[in-house]
Amino acid sequence: MTQLPATTDKKLGLVIDLDTCVGCHACVTACKGWNDQGYGAALTDQDPYGAEPSGVFLNRVHSYEVQPEAGPAQIVNFPRSCLHCEDAPCVTVCPTGASYKRQEDGIVLVNEDACIGCGLCAWACPYGAREMEETAGVMKKCTLCVDRIYNENLPEIDRQPACVRTCPTGARHFGDLGDPDSKVSRLVAERGGFELMPEQGTKPVNRYLPPRKKDRPQEASLLAPLLDIKATGFAGWLDKLLERI
Amino acid sequence: MIRQPVFDTSPPVSDEIRKTTCYMCACRCGINVHLTSGKVSYIEGNRDHPVNKGVLCAKGAAGIKQITAPSRLRAPLRRVGPRGSGAFEEISWDEALALAVSWMKPLRETAPEKLAFFTGRDQSQSLTGLWAQAFGTPNYAAHGGFCSVNMAAAGIYTIGGAFWEFGQPDWERTKLFVIFGVAEDHDSNPIKIGLGKLKARGARVIGVNPIRTGYNAVADDWLGITPGTDGLLILSLIHCLLEAGKVDLDYLARFTNASLLVNATEGPEKGLILKNAESQPFVIDRRSDQPAPWDAKGVQPDLGAVWQGHRTVFQQMAETYLAPQHAPEAVADRVGIPAPRIRALAADLARVAFDEAIEIAQPWTDFRGDRHETMIGRPVSFHAMRGISAHSNGFQTARALHLLQILLGTVETPGGYRLKPPYPKPVEAHPTPHFVSVPGKPLSGPHLGYPRGPEQLALLPDGSPARIDKAFSWENPLSAHGMMHMVIPNAHAGDPYRIDTLFLYMANMAWNSSMNTAAVMEMLTEEKDGEYVIPRIIYSDAYASEMVAYADLILPDTTYLERHDCISLLDRPISEPGAAGDAIRWPVVEPDRDVRGFQSVLIDLGARLGLPGFVTPEGTPLYADYADYLVSHQRRPGVGPLMGFRGNGSEVGRGAPNPGQIDAYIANGGFFQAHVPEEAAFYKPWNAAYQDWAVETGFYDTPQPYLFSIYSEPLRRFQLAAEGHGFPQPPDRLRARIKETMSPLPLWYAPLGDVEGYPLHALTQRPMAMYHSWGSQNAWLRQIHGKNALYVPTKVWVENGFTEGDWARVTSPNGSIVVPVAHMAALNENTVWTWNAIGKRKGAWALDADAPEATEGFLLNHLISELLPEKGDGQRWSNSDPITGQAAWFDLRVRIEKVARHEASLPQFGVLGSPLETT
Amino acid sequence: MHPAPSVIVFTVLSGLGFGFLALLGLGIADPKGWPAFWLWGLGYALAAGGLTASTAHLGNPQRALLAFTQWRTSWLSREAWTSVAALLLLAPCALGDWLGFDVPLLGLLGAALSALTIFCTSMLYAQLKTVPRWNHFSVPLTYGLFSLTGGAILAGTGWFALLCCLALGIALVWGFRAGDLRFAACGSTLSTATGLGSIGSPRVFEQPHTGGNYLMREMIHVVGRKHAQKLRVIAVLFAAVLPAPLTLWPSPLTIGLAVLLHLTGAFVQRWLFFAEAEHVVGLYYGKR
Ligand SMILES: Nc1nc2c(c(=O)[nH]1)N[C@H]1C(S)=C(S)[C@@H](COP(=O)(O)OP(=O)(O)OC[C@H]3O[C@@H](n4cnc5c(=O)[nH]c(N)nc54)[C@H](O)[C@@H]3O)O[C@H]1N2
Ligand SMILES: Nc1nc2c(c(=O)[nH]1)N[C@H]1C(S)=C(S)[C@@H](COP(=O)(O)OP(=O)(O)OC[C@H]3O[C@@H](n4cnc5c(=O)[nH]c(N)nc54)[C@H](O)[C@@H]3O)O[C@H]1N2
Ligand code: SF4
Ligand code: SF4
Ligand code: SF4
Ligand code: SF4
Ligand code: SF4
Ligand SMILES: [Mo]
Repeated sequence: MTQLPATTDKKLGLVIDLDTCVGCHACVTACKGWNDQGYGAALTDQDPYGAEPSGVFLNRVHSYEVQPEAGPAQIVNFPRSCLHCEDAPCVTVCPTGASYKRQEDGIVLVNEDACIGCGLCAWACPYGAREMEETAGVMKKCTLCVDRIYNENLPEIDRQPACVRTCPTGARHFGDLGDPDSKVSRLVAERGGFELMPEQGTKPVNRYLPPRKKDRPQEASLLAPLLDIKATGFAGWLDKLLERI
Repeated sequence: MIRQPVFDTSPPVSDEIRKTTCYMCACRCGINVHLTSGKVSYIEGNRDHPVNKGVLCAKGAAGIKQITAPSRLRAPLRRVGPRGSGAFEEISWDEALALAVSWMKPLRETAPEKLAFFTGRDQSQSLTGLWAQAFGTPNYAAHGGFCSVNMAAAGIYTIGGAFWEFGQPDWERTKLFVIFGVAEDHDSNPIKIGLGKLKARGARVIGVNPIRTGYNAVADDWLGITPGTDGLLILSLIHCLLEAGKVDLDYLARFTNASLLVNATEGPEKGLILKNAESQPFVIDRRSDQPAPWDAKGVQPDLGAVWQGHRTVFQQMAETYLAPQHAPEAVADRVGIPAPRIRALAADLARVAFDEAIEIAQPWTDFRGDRHETMIGRPVSFHAMRGISAHSNGFQTARALHLLQILLGTVETPGGYRLKPPYPKPVEAHPTPHFVSVPGKPLSGPHLGYPRGPEQLALLPDGSPARIDKAFSWENPLSAHGMMHMVIPNAHAGDPYRIDTLFLYMANMAWNSSMNTAAVMEMLTEEKDGEYVIPRIIYSDAYASEMVAYADLILPDTTYLERHDCISLLDRPISEPGAAGDAIRWPVVEPDRDVRGFQSVLIDLGARLGLPGFVTPEGTPLYADYADYLVSHQRRPGVGPLMGFRGNGSEVGRGAPNPGQIDAYIANGGFFQAHVPEEAAFYKPWNAAYQDWAVETGFYDTPQPYLFSIYSEPLRRFQLAAEGHGFPQPPDRLRARIKETMSPLPLWYAPLGDVEGYPLHALTQRPMAMYHSWGSQNAWLRQIHGKNALYVPTKVWVENGFTEGDWARVTSPNGSIVVPVAHMAALNENTVWTWNAIGKRKGAWALDADAPEATEGFLLNHLISELLPEKGDGQRWSNSDPITGQAAWFDLRVRIEKVARHEASLPQFGVLGSPLETT
Repeated sequence: MHPAPSVIVFTVLSGLGFGFLALLGLGIADPKGWPAFWLWGLGYALAAGGLTASTAHLGNPQRALLAFTQWRTSWLSREAWTSVAALLLLAPCALGDWLGFDVPLLGLLGAALSALTIFCTSMLYAQLKTVPRWNHFSVPLTYGLFSLTGGAILAGTGWFALLCCLALGIALVWGFRAGDLRFAACGSTLSTATGLGSIGSPRVFEQPHTGGNYLMREMIHVVGRKHAQKLRVIAVLFAAVLPAPLTLWPSPLTIGLAVLLHLTGAFVQRWLFFAEAEHVVGLYYGKR
């Protein structure tokens, strides 16, 4: 199964808008909350109240500072989770077949019953999308909330990933990137959505929308004074202004 | 064909969903709490809820770890070791309540003011206030004084509403949104949802903030202002707009006091609004050039009128801000923003407000009876919070911002800033402070309010402050939310008097909510004549916070999923501009410990003390518990804590108590909304349809249309007192300050905390994924923010030769701390900052003593003094806004120097004993 | 990368073991009788011991058999097959050497499978584009030379061993230097990792979490530059240079000493192999 399907029927994935993400980490804990009780083993925490707390999260939000050539530095918040790559190296390295990419929708999953916890797939992923669940000894990764998006126990509107549902700014979009007419594909086309580390050759499905151009130099459309107040005095100004009513 | 494992993509999600209200912060989002086998298994946002519409923040989703945190208190505790040792014994509730009564009852009978009851992040102020009123102590307030009273007071005194939770931008229509000094705010999810809408529409966002994180990071433009100078910037924008004549004259004339006349006669009335024989303000009608009642049908108030030598507010205002000292060129250096940038911003505001105006085809009738065929919208909106509020010039800065909004005609118009019912509500519709305490009797009215003049100050006959926090005294006349940050220092100093029992509820006063934390811990433990200087402290917390260790009697609260609560229209509701809303919490799980909801405990205490309003005439308890109170209590006939499902279950706002009310709320998802009619949706203060709806819904008893106060008469009354007119009179040492700061037109003055030798501003910001001190006990959240660093701008970074991993000593006039530093370029070049309240005291919160929060994490609070350095008059004024008493957290000035790398931040204190280790 | 002891032990010992087994299989070392018993036994012990050590870092070793299933794509799976096949095929040869019968061809096949095993092991690392230092043919080369050299020393092959030592020394020096250039050459930077390069130059402002996590423990290991230089010298000296002269006078004593020296070098090299390897995910954390 660690052979990648030649094509997938759909390319489900996320589009993350870096122009909108405020870095609130809501998607981080919503993801943890859902997946702690969802697909596969729970996401445990080690030393939760101690000196070195550490636990499994399937989605993490970084924060970068970018210095453009001109203008002030910018801060960009940057969520990072599995990109459900088309040429997923994490899948092909897996010795047991636990890692696989689904034929029907392209979701990359770990079959935890077959995982030996060798960690090779995490090594193979350039994006740090896989974290070992040390208690159960299996590899965890973003499931694209496969147990939500098809879940008939959920109302139709809730059949979307937990992180997307919770994102307060709506910076996360879910859909079929294989369908050029889907909302996500159109967003990517309109906003110049890009891949992460294309040079790694993984062909990620997820896309990121770039921050819009910031701190645009001000057009010279400054306000013209009504008249020369110094010359006419306050009374002149008031007359001129109230003429307008 | 590849074989794929088969698994169930439709697993059952949970056994049951219970809908209640989140309490990981004051935003009060609706949550769906999933239960599996009786345990909370998952928390998600409630899609139908007006506040969060399904989304949740990082804290909200992590709530599941809050209710299993090892730091939860388990049973009532009585202190057995010295204060601060954390040595307690568990006692029964009966013992605990009897002990509390034995302390309180004698006070009520002899000197009620000796009980000071202060509540922190209290969401039940209408109950706690009522209780304190019934007890008869003047000493009650919640945390508003150290939080954001500048915002609230400036808003109420100016537009009858405020930023913060009283209003919000018209997210659907606004085209240009300017946000001043906000990191997260109470409106945490609504702001994010709103920003998302703007982004989706491609509307423009401008952030004014020394620090470019969060909302400011996604803003299209960033103005990295020098802290404390927003007033200068805003008045300069006003200068530009006036100079260009880009103000909404029609709006100003009709809806604001711009067209009222200012008394120009020398003497005790000078500068007050000119009144007619009926003591009513009046305008000059342009049709007749004659005086006319301000609210008469058809009047066209003349902004340019001069009548018997008295000019309009408009002229006085325009002349003030057209003065050259307000020109961008004159302020640019000080605010740290180049003049062309300020001018360009003014041009943007004017362009969007006037050239891109919108119009809604919705006829409406104003209070003068004039019918308008459409609603004109000025799609520029603003929001501001503690960045302008938490400075000692914050009140006037917030007033200036409201003035800017008013000049652009953007308040209560489509695309602008919209108030949420029960706001707008003019200052006249608010109570004034009540403070006269009589042994054995309740106070005659609520403690907190909005003084209209010096005669409403809370002063004793000798002119000294009546309240322990000195709120509503000459030092801080308009301290509408009290001054919680002064309670412990004043009680310790016996200034204005000594108290006996300090009763606190959910405020971590021994740590992150105090200024000068180390000194406060000493004040709490200092003894005199074999007794603590503050003899008794009763405290209600749900967790083993730092404050717990300093109290004598602990009343352990439940967590938010285990109790009834009410988010009431009598208090701080969850309204939207288009709908009044309130909500409840209810026990979606039962506590597994011997803890009780604080509100129920307070009601029980009220009954045991026999407080009026808490007992029947026969002396038996009036309410079984808080749930019973929510349903049965009536503030005014037919008006109770909850507005929905009253009477027979279908009455809204007014109606008899309905025993099924709570169940009806639960069935409705935990909240209720009453929608504002379309015709009443905008122009609310002047819209006859809105006024009628508000009366119907029970907000007021009669329509209350009013004019926005560009010129604030109450402020002028204080100035007149400072000039020697009227009674009471301020002490001489305060005259000059009152005269300068309490200007009836917004002004800017340098923050009072500015001192020579401390070139940098030091700020804190709320981390979005952490709530004050109480998120650190959360196993998930503390992995995100387990320690903090001081962010240093490039200039300072280079000057000090800092490299990654370095440490620094940061010194203010109040002391110094040693902390790790980190570099940030997107930062005002004279500002350093850190995340708020990450640092913890060793041993608190059931964290290991070597937890990073306690070793590396740190507070800036040690650097902030509750008193300003002595000024010329030999007095040390409170480090607060001189008008409202708002704690001036962000006036902090520091200097910085590199030091050798440290293992732990300084200062460090001993390990707090854990109250959880008692038997 | 985190230099996990189990993985270091695995690669060093199984490398040496299979190298030695290959030489035995080829008959380059050709013991008979009881010495054959002990020498084959040593080869098996090293190879199997190494393989067993590798299971120590598995989260679910009880499912290890599943690792045989994905030979079409997975080098680990292939390694599982080749190693087991090598050990099985060589068994008759070992028995033959001990008990004195001849098994034609199997020795050759077993040697080839041993070599393949070593190659597979090296490809576990060399296949990873995410770790540029490893993603290079110098890795299989070095792994191969280590096995050969170790085996040759153990087998007391004299000049052959000396030549191996020389080749290994050169390969190591070259490998270190070539490796140093690999990360820059792979083209991944924080700009490509975040796509923010089009705006300006990005740097980490704030980490996503102050607590630790698996990624940081596993993929991000910072060795001091000075440290690394010293260790490299030690690795080359011990693994290749010092044993070299000893190989010319094979005796149980010199062989034992040479193997000890060589193994020391091999362990140091292997530690460095992991510790110096930088995973591109470190870019996200501003650390490598
Ligand atoms: N340096 C600096 N200091 C500041 C500020 C700043 O900007 N900079 N901001 C100030 C402001 S605006 C504020 S509002 C204060 C906030 O300061 P605090 O009001 O002290 O806020 P918290 O840390 O949230 O502490 C509240 C206490 O309530 C307890 N608690 C939590 N849940 C419950 C419950 O359900 N029931 C009960 N009974 N108790 C509960 C917590 O355990 C905690 O001990 O901090 C102030 N301090
Ligand atoms: N996640 C989370 N949410 C919270 C809280 C929390 O602890 N955590 N606390 C709640 C409470 S009690 C409060 S009061 C609110 C406060 O919410 P905010 O008003 O957002 O308060 P702060 O986080 O203190 O942020 C103040 C902002 O003002 C900026 N600032 C400081 N000085 C100036 C200035 O002079 N000019 C300008 N323009 N900006 C300035 C700072 O850089 C910072 O961005 O948040 C509430 N919401
Ligand atoms: S992001 Fe990583 S884990 Fe996800 S499919 Fe791509 S390579 Fe695999
Ligand atoms: S850790 Fe599990 S999923 Fe990953 S490669 Fe190993 S067996 Fe496959
Ligand atoms: S799609 Fe689901 S599993 Fe993936 S990051 Fe979002 S919440 Fe987590
Ligand atoms: S929830 Fe949305 S806004 Fe918040 S960090 Fe995640 S993507 Fe960004
Ligand atoms: S903003 Fe977050 S913590 Fe606050 S009430 Fe809403 S979900 Fe809860
Ligand atoms: Mo606050």
